[in-house]
Amino acid sequence: MNEAFADQVVLLGRRSVVRTVRQPANVVFPLVFPLLILAVNAGGLDAATRLPGFPTDSFVAFALAIPFIQGALFATMNAGTDLARDIQTGFLNRLSLTPMRGVALLTGQLGGVVTLGLVQAVVYLAVGLAVGVRLESGPLGALVLLAFALVVSLGFGALGAFAALRTGSGEAVQGLFPVFFVFLFISSMNMPRNLIEIDWFRVAATVNPVSYLIECVRSLIITGWDAEALALGFGIAGAITIVAVALAAVSLRTRLTRS
Amino acid sequence: MTDYAIEADGLVMEYKKGPRAVDGIDLAVAPGEIYGFLGPNGAGKSTTVHILTTLLPPTAGSARVAGHDVAKDGPRVRAVIGAALQEAALDPLLTGREHLRLQAALQALPRAERGPRANALLERVGLSEAADRKVRGYSGGMKRRLDLALALVHRPRVLFLDEPTTGLDVQSRTALWEEVERLAKSDGVTVFLTTQYLEEADVLADRVAIIDHGHIVAEGAPRALKAEIGRPTVEVLAADDADNERVGAVLARFGEPCASSQGAAVRLRSGETDLADIVRALDAEKVTVEHLELHQPSLDDVFLAKTGRSLEGAGSEEREAERRELATEAA
Repeated sequence: MNEAFADQVVLLGRRSVVRTVRQPANVVFPLVFPLLILAVNAGGLDAATRLPGFPTDSFVAFALAIPFIQGALFATMNAGTDLARDIQTGFLNRLSLTPMRGVALLTGQLGGVVTLGLVQAVVYLAVGLAVGVRLESGPLGALVLLAFALVVSLGFGALGAFAALRTGSGEAVQGLFPVFFVFLFISSMNMPRNLIEIDWFRVAATVNPVSYLIECVRSLIITGWDAEALALGFGIAGAITIVAVALAAVSLRTRLTRS
Repeated sequence: MTDYAIEADGLVMEYKKGPRAVDGIDLAVAPGEIYGFLGPNGAGKSTTVHILTTLLPPTAGSARVAGHDVAKDGPRVRAVIGAALQEAALDPLLTGREHLRLQAALQALPRAERGPRANALLERVGLSEAADRKVRGYSGGMKRRLDLALALVHRPRVLFLDEPTTGLDVQSRTALWEEVERLAKSDGVTVFLTTQYLEEADVLADRVAIIDHGHIVAEGAPRALKAEIGRPTVEVLAADDADNERVGAVLARFGEPCASSQGAAVRLRSGETDLADIVRALDAEKVTVEHLELHQPSLDDVFLAKTGRSLEGAGSEEREAERRELATEAA
């Protein structure tokens, strides 16, 4: 990686972070909304912990995994919308007229998403610890959790970038949000899969990759070191990342039609 | 190696299921020249700029900028050009200075040079005071000036300006004209400027190409183009209405009488050099003149002569046609 390329990546990443920070709604909403949902769920569904076989007696600990995935979704949508805006305003054309390499734009953009995703994950973790959640996997587990949040942000960020580059429309990117949310709700978000009594829901949650992302985080919080959950979580997050980055890279090449 | 800064041969751009936006354009622009590309909305001006700046590959034909083929040698072309495209493509959340520093970095300027270059350009376009304000608070003129500064970061030899003054007030427009003129005359930058404003092309361009429906219908120095299609007219209004008939008789000695909305008018046989003789002749006839006006043919007259339509109405006619087409499709 030469110096000019590194420079481009850092500057484009910084721009991605700076403009997100300068839109308070894009910072506050992804931080606060998942924590509000956590508070509501923890208050309303606490009785679920008394079900036989429920893996913990603290619903907050059980549900703390959700903000990590939900927050990444919010941040991703915002980042994708910003990229689509660059296309709509012609800013991407301006960048195309410089010697900038397409991969620098994508790396910088995703770098910004990952940085913000990491900040969000630290906040969720801090809030969890502040309300008494104890990480069964210990301090090392916290680091693994943050690393996982980073991979999830990267994967979702690349999906948002792909949607933006493919459609060039902020509205189209925002339109993906309900789809992602459906995936979130038909997962093991609020109940362990083995305790879901409705057959179709249990099947849907089992085939839904989001369940394994949540269960990976959850295992670090309430189980300790669960190799299977970690392998499935990192494997699925990694696969989403690889596919999404590849799709985004191809779309970027098409979008940058310069000769 | 060509001597021209910009050269195009039979340039064609045909969109799928669409019209030929550019239909066989040939042009050659000399280094340091300001070349005006004048035409109504939808004439093919922006598409031509997109091809010449390597953003759009042509369907047919070829073009070279600074000697480099735009289709085959994009990176070399981009290294020597600057462009301010039709939309002032700025990030509303960044400041003017941040834009310039980002652009300087992406143009691979050495790190130590970026700050001073940004400051110099901000000073040059009169944005030093607003440099650290977010662009969303800038006026249209300020955005355009920043857009121009961004195009100049890497000291390009050829500058493309796509309708740089559209929507600007007179003061901002004049300031931008002065800057463009300075770039060409003092710095030797070749400027390819698209515009739909007759006055802009007339005042600024060394040569003008008039484009309509993807074709160049006329090309040359504004004065030559206007001279080609007609001679100037003089219109005189006598202080006393009763004298207007005598004024008409005097004017008839200098050319063919033509219609006048107020007094009398004549199309000059020998051009504007007759003007002094006309004044002397009116004085000899002891006619008191209330108003005397020399009308030069305008570029609009050139457009009218070449296309049968007025340039100032052409854009709206096309927009109206587009609206009708869309309404029909929707129905």
